[in-house]
Amino acid sequence: MYETVIGMEVHVELQTRSKMFCGCSADHFQVAANRHICPVCTSHPGSLPVMNGRAVELAAMTGIALHCQVNPHSVFARKNYVYPDLPKGYQVSQYELPLCSDGWVEITVEGQTKRIGVVRVHLEEDTGKLIHSGGSSLIDYNRAGVPLMEIVSDSSIRSAEEAYQYLLKIRQIVRYLSASTGDMEKGAMRCEANISVREAGAAAYGTKVEVKNLNSFRAVRNAVDYETRRQIALIETGGTVRQVTVGWDEPSGTTREQRSKESSEDYRYFPEPDLLAINLDEKWIQARQAELPELPEPLTARLEAEYGLRRQDVALLTEDREIAAFFEAVVQHPGTDPRQAANWITGELFRRLKQDNTDIGATKVTPAALADLIALVAGGSINQNVARDVLGILWAEGGSASAVVESRGLAQISDTGELDSVVAEVIATHEEVVERIRQGNPKPLQFLMGQVMQATRGKANPQTVTELLKRQLGLE
Amino acid sequence: MPVELKDVRAVAELARLALTAEEETRLVSQLNEILGFMETLNELDTRGVEPTSHPVPMENVTRKDQIEPFAARGDLMAAAPEVAGDYYRVPRIMD
Repeated sequence: MYETVIGMEVHVELQTRSKMFCGCSADHFQVAANRHICPVCTSHPGSLPVMNGRAVELAAMTGIALHCQVNPHSVFARKNYVYPDLPKGYQVSQYELPLCSDGWVEITVEGQTKRIGVVRVHLEEDTGKLIHSGGSSLIDYNRAGVPLMEIVSDSSIRSAEEAYQYLLKIRQIVRYLSASTGDMEKGAMRCEANISVREAGAAAYGTKVEVKNLNSFRAVRNAVDYETRRQIALIETGGTVRQVTVGWDEPSGTTREQRSKESSEDYRYFPEPDLLAINLDEKWIQARQAELPELPEPLTARLEAEYGLRRQDVALLTEDREIAAFFEAVVQHPGTDPRQAANWITGELFRRLKQDNTDIGATKVTPAALADLIALVAGGSINQNVARDVLGILWAEGGSASAVVESRGLAQISDTGELDSVVAEVIATHEEVVERIRQGNPKPLQFLMGQVMQATRGKANPQTVTELLKRQLGLE
Repeated sequence: MPVELKDVRAVAELARLALTAEEETRLVSQLNEILGFMETLNELDTRGVEPTSHPVPMENVTRKDQIEPFAARGDLMAAAPEVAGDYYRVPRIMD
């Protein structure tokens, strides 16, 4: 039996307006090349960096949310390497004295809660983008100098699923803080995993392999599985795992060895002389603490307790802070059943959000409209099926649920007199079916119900219809 | 531990410096001289002294998160050895 040992390094682009050390716009997604550059981020001699105070705040808030200590004294360092993604010949990062250290996050896998240690959270600058084309490499420095936060876990992650859950948790937290979009597709969150295997119960770690290029949640899961199997197979056939850096290749589903990288010593880290130390007092740290929104765990506990919701529903509602806020805005309307609200949001609304690939902030369905819709169902004005159609209309056009029901004449028909004749007609035109029911087979009753619904364009009160059918067929 | 020729070559390689044999030899002795100064400093008892990263009595110099676009990006690119359209161009980097 083997055990996989995983440590993760997650890079998160901070959502600031300007870059880490200069006033250039930090926006680099689908921007024409080299539009947001200046002497600082293109490393012209004599230019001097000045730190973006907001980036420091956001990274510290992330550290606090990850239960880290915000260090009273931290320092930027130069990580020296020669590669044109940063023309200075070094990356400004943090080394011996990071901004935050010693934290943890909790993940839940198969109902079991587990703590994953966070070794450090530090600040650095992102690099430019290279495009290799023919005999040249083309460089775009729009991304060079964008604030980047690195979150390093300890090696207590034990499976692909745990790695996946850890990453989800990190993304959830940075999103709650509005520290980052956490969007892996757009490169706002990137990840590397150090993976080794060892015999279960062994004290010593196996040789680790660093896997880069994990650009999606799926990639993380697949790469951990692949690398685990590869290393076990290697050991079982008498081979040894070498300490190498590999890149995950999504199309082939395999890892490929990359050029041997400098060792930590080769980076010749030293304190960045152009940037002063960051010294933070208790007051500053408390101010960051006060700036934190309600975080996923306390929010989850509160929603469960306050509204009597099921854990799995709360988990869905709290995945995204906006969703939870939407839910609370719905249930603040008097008389709204929280469970109904949760069902509508995690059911119909989620389905449509996914289908249209949009987020809740961009929908035309307002919390008030959903509360109204739930009230209309609860009060018997419309049935569940019609309510779904109404939501569809609200989704497309906005407005109020009551207005939609009224203007389109969708109100439920519960009037026995009106339904009586419809039921009679359905029974009269489906003799064969009726015969089967009379012979003791109750199943076709559903079919007749469907016919009544069709005749009333779905507006009939299903309960009333069932009663009338049974009465007219003499089944009571 | 004195600096040897192989150390100079390793550091030159990391810094992408092409040194002549004469320069290498000269740097070996110069770097050893610098390390010698350090040995002198090491004679001081620095127990209980906080490590210093910056000699100036300043800290926390930050700026507001505001966009201040640089107007002369054309000048920056004009200073590059080679450009291709909107891009800087360098000899192909092997991945």
